[in-house]
Amino acid sequence: MTPVLSVRDLSVRFRMRGGRHVAAVDAASFDLAAGECLALVGESGCGKSVLASALLGLLPGNALTAGTAVIDGTDLLAADERTLARTVRGRRVGLVPQSPAAHLTPVRTVRAHLEETLRALTGTPRRELRAAVAEAAERAAFPPGLLDHYPHELSGGQAQRAATALALIGDAPLLLADEPTTGLDRDLVDRTVDELRRHADDGRALLLITHDLAAARRVADRVAVMYAGRIVELSDAGRFFGDPGPRHPYARGLLAALPERDFTPIPGMPPELSALPDGCAFAARCHRADDACRAVPRMAGGVACHHSGEEHHSEEPVRA
Amino acid sequence: MLELHAITAGYDPRAPVFHGASLTIAPGEAVGLLGPSGCGKSTLARVAALLHRPDAGRVVVDGTEVRRWRHRAPRELRTAIGVVFQQPRTSADPRLRLRDLIAEPLRATGRGDLAAGRVAELAAAVGLTDDLLGRRPHEVSDGQLQRACLARALVLRPRWLVCDEMTAMLDASTTAALVAVVEAYRRERGAGLLVVGHDRVLLERWCDRTEEWADRVRTP
Repeated sequence: MTPVLSVRDLSVRFRMRGGRHVAAVDAASFDLAAGECLALVGESGCGKSVLASALLGLLPGNALTAGTAVIDGTDLLAADERTLARTVRGRRVGLVPQSPAAHLTPVRTVRAHLEETLRALTGTPRRELRAAVAEAAERAAFPPGLLDHYPHELSGGQAQRAATALALIGDAPLLLADEPTTGLDRDLVDRTVDELRRHADDGRALLLITHDLAAARRVADRVAVMYAGRIVELSDAGRFFGDPGPRHPYARGLLAALPERDFTPIPGMPPELSALPDGCAFAARCHRADDACRAVPRMAGGVACHHSGEEHHSEEPVRA
Repeated sequence: MLELHAITAGYDPRAPVFHGASLTIAPGEAVGLLGPSGCGKSTLARVAALLHRPDAGRVVVDGTEVRRWRHRAPRELRTAIGVVFQQPRTSADPRLRLRDLIAEPLRATGRGDLAAGRVAELAAAVGLTDDLLGRRPHEVSDGQLQRACLARALVLRPRWLVCDEMTAMLDASTTAALVAVVEAYRRERGAGLLVVGHDRVLLERWCDRTEEWADRVRTP
């Protein structure tokens, strides 16, 4: 089956003052099929959101990109602004934003948001707008009684549904959810990601960017772990969260840090993206680091680690 | 003891967010307060930190009843309580370098001469490098900024610490790291701890006891 989204060697560097560069994303590659949910996990500042911005053509002017990200025959990295605005945003890629309350225009009602988006993306004539708004709200389970409310009159969960309703209007084959559950409580997180999953089950591809491992576990088919701008592991979600568990030492440490597991942090902090070491970016924090780690590990069999072939990780205790 | 007796509070006296909330924390004890979004638990945390005047009820800190709030609260009460909020971005002065952010409570209480030593000690504990200490908030990640906010909360060596959703924005490893710093401080100084949050698994793993919000308030 042809994937909905095909990303190959996607890199994003920011040019800084004094000729310095920040390598925010380095050689990311993955495919995403219709009906599938890929969770991209990693800590804040690892490059997850930059990757999302690259897919929407929303990078700032000092960004340099390389590689390809193809959806429906269009390379998102090579497309000009006109193509992005007219055929990509909302139409091929629907964005479910990080903080819906800030994403919505504060002086306009939810109905006004939906009407504007319907007119722009589907050309719905004025006399049919009312019915189309009701239908769009229903697809995201937004309560029809709240359509005439302003964003500040909505709870976090309601605002999230309003933003999702907007993202679904263009029938985009790819839904991009960038930290959609930040600041929500657990019940609301579960409801939000379950609803996103439902939209994937309707035949969309879902890229869920999150630092919430419980949310990823709940709905993802596959998990991509990002560390210091690189995807270091790409695994089936069942194997990642269950048996045999993650294979990259960073991913194992991240999972072990959960309060329901060992609750022990990975020692140290990630390197600065402006001063990445020459070799494996995780080596300084890794108890398995040796001379081999002076070279950047290549992604092989879904994991980028010089030591992933060594069969002793499931029984070895995770070091604090 | 840090005692909250029958607190009613909110932002409009005619329509309080909650009524009659009571909670007592002993020195050295870690108490979790678990409740859903919007229930008022953060408002209660602000009352406990003397940052919000309740509409009714009493707050008693180590035997002294609190009569004045926020900047009017007596310094010896204010400085007895450290606070860490959910959003490090909105709780940090964007103009201050992290080392000055951490030292600010010392300078504000006339003990700026202790700043260099205390900042170095706390930076090591929370894992901030010298390079990071020299940066301003927009130049660091959420996790790094929250490390600085925790250091700032501990710099006056408070007897009580209030953590309001301290880790909600953070990844699993940074969460575990910051909780470990709080726990080391609690063991070392015998400080009491109020942890407000919505993550049952986290609170039950972290705290000595976890209270349900619904059991601590009176239904009006």
